[in-house]
Amino acid sequence: MKQSSTFRLSVLAFGFAFLYIPILSLIVYSFNKSRLVTVWGGFSTQWYGRLLDNRQILDAAWLSVKIAATNATGAVILGTLAGLALARFGRFRGRTLLSGMTTAPLVMPEVITGLSLLMLFVVLDSALKQAFGWNLERGFTTITIAHITLTLAYVTVIVQSRLSSLDDSLEEAAMDLGARPAKIFFVITLPIIAPALVSGWLLAFTISLDDLVITSFVSGPGASTLPMVIFSKVRLGVSPDINALATIIVLLVTLGVIAAGIFMARQEKRRQRDMQMAAAAK
Amino acid sequence: MATNPRPQQQLAVWNDPQAVPYVHIERVTKRFGDFVAVNSVSLKIYKKELFCLLGGSGCGKTTLLRMLAGFEEPTSGKLFIDGVDMTGIPPYERPVNMMFQSYALFPHMTVEQNVAFGLKQDGLPKDEIATRVDDMLKLVRLQQFGKRKPHQLSGGQRQRVALARSLVKRPKLLLLDEPLGALDKKLREHTQFELVNLQEQLGVTFVVVTHDQEEAMTLSSRIGVMNQGEIIQVGTPKDIYEYPSSKFVAEFIGNVNMFEGRLIEDEPDHVRIDSPELGGTIYVDHGVSSAPEAVVSAAIRPEKINISVERPNQTDNVVQGTVKEIAYMGDMSVYLVQLASNKMVRITQPNTYRHAEGSITWDQTVYLSWHPSSPVVLSE
Repeated sequence: MKQSSTFRLSVLAFGFAFLYIPILSLIVYSFNKSRLVTVWGGFSTQWYGRLLDNRQILDAAWLSVKIAATNATGAVILGTLAGLALARFGRFRGRTLLSGMTTAPLVMPEVITGLSLLMLFVVLDSALKQAFGWNLERGFTTITIAHITLTLAYVTVIVQSRLSSLDDSLEEAAMDLGARPAKIFFVITLPIIAPALVSGWLLAFTISLDDLVITSFVSGPGASTLPMVIFSKVRLGVSPDINALATIIVLLVTLGVIAAGIFMARQEKRRQRDMQMAAAAK
Repeated sequence: MATNPRPQQQLAVWNDPQAVPYVHIERVTKRFGDFVAVNSVSLKIYKKELFCLLGGSGCGKTTLLRMLAGFEEPTSGKLFIDGVDMTGIPPYERPVNMMFQSYALFPHMTVEQNVAFGLKQDGLPKDEIATRVDDMLKLVRLQQFGKRKPHQLSGGQRQRVALARSLVKRPKLLLLDEPLGALDKKLREHTQFELVNLQEQLGVTFVVVTHDQEEAMTLSSRIGVMNQGEIIQVGTPKDIYEYPSSKFVAEFIGNVNMFEGRLIEDEPDHVRIDSPELGGTIYVDHGVSSAPEAVVSAAIRPEKINISVERPNQTDNVVQGTVKEIAYMGDMSVYLVQLASNKMVRITQPNTYRHAEGSITWDQTVYLSWHPSSPVVLSE
């Protein structure tokens, strides 16, 4: 008994060490005074100050956030429509095709997706130039479109599964009480599936924020996202200000996870209380 | 087909040939692919009736109800509500409301908002909506729960919210899909009577779908028994119980002992059936119109058979058997008696005084007898 519990503890410790020592060392070295990443030269916060002066990184971060937010919003709108069609419209012609097409990016290697999108944008650019004289600059727009094609699949799957677990008679009841289909969607369906839409949005946001492969294919000269900047910097050797940046990101993510945890615990508590209330009210 | 005479009905609206039905279902058929869910059903339901569609699962009763609500379109045939052909009219334009089996309360709205939903769709002024919602919640005794969400309510309360929501628009016709299915037995009995009171109070026509024959018997003015997409028999609860038109109905509603036999005497005022299964003859004090020597079944309800230790003083309708099983149910006792042919007969006797069940025990030889008016002769 005792032995097995020691064994279990050491396995746990090893697992945690495996997962978190790299991140911990990154955080520790972000406070390193020395320019050399691997040599400890004393405590300092100078790299954080340096980071705030680095226009390139700040611009890239801002661009990434803009792209991620636009992408998430677009993906949620399109994904909801696709999920609705798949879950609610019965067996229409081309349903299997639609289902396959929306979820294909989930299994497609990103290199292939990126390459094909790049070719599409190149062809599209010359076509638009010839037809209307428009310039399809590779950058914000192309990256956003590319990210939507990728994240749409995730949102569609989430929305579709939420919709199919939703009781059909809710919508029928609304119709029975005199609401028209469009109104039912906005007043009944949408509010009920809202949590699924929020998690879809967050997932799409996160995927977009750290995507490197597809982004590298479809971005143009003036548009470098944060992952691209970090990657190109690291190729020239790890610099301590990247450690500082990574620490800030880790901090933000941790805060987000903790906030979500507290929120969920509260919800659970409220649910428990409601159930007791219902039981007492019998 | 054997017909059994029925006492003349008093003046009920469904016996008046001049009466105009409120709901008129005309040879309605509904197919889902190859499966025929509803097969050429015709039905007339009158104003202020409480009509029950009764049948097992998959008999088409819910499909028929959903066609009335407008969620399904008939494959062929027509539906009229208040004289208006409902073909192509969407659910949100029908003068009908429905109470769903799952109640389908909107989880993100409070009780008040749920009830107000239908009135809001009609664009009524705010203060009128508020008063009507208030009145409705008072009627179902939920006024102090208006601000709660559905998940904060018990099953019975949810049921009442669903009822309030479907009644608040003052529909002329209310459709109820297994309205009491999700309630426990005690609450169910209580709610049954509440539902009947409410229906009489508001004068709404109810069409109720249920698989529970007891519920149908308690609630309805008339019952339509369905099987495999067809209406087998329509009648008052008493009609259906005392004069089932077929073996299916006799067996579906309540318990019944069925004895197969041959008609050996077929007179206008009585018939005699020779039943080897029974080991004797059955004398029935009314005539049936049937082919001579036809094979028929005599159905006798368990409570209409008398059980005694001594041979009763009658020559017909008596048979001997052995008690195999006794179940004491409190208000009554159930006996299973084995006849000479090994056929088991079910008998129920009320326990009218304490220890009334005590005089008969296992493996005792007993006599079963019944009144000549009790058997119902069925040919199919």
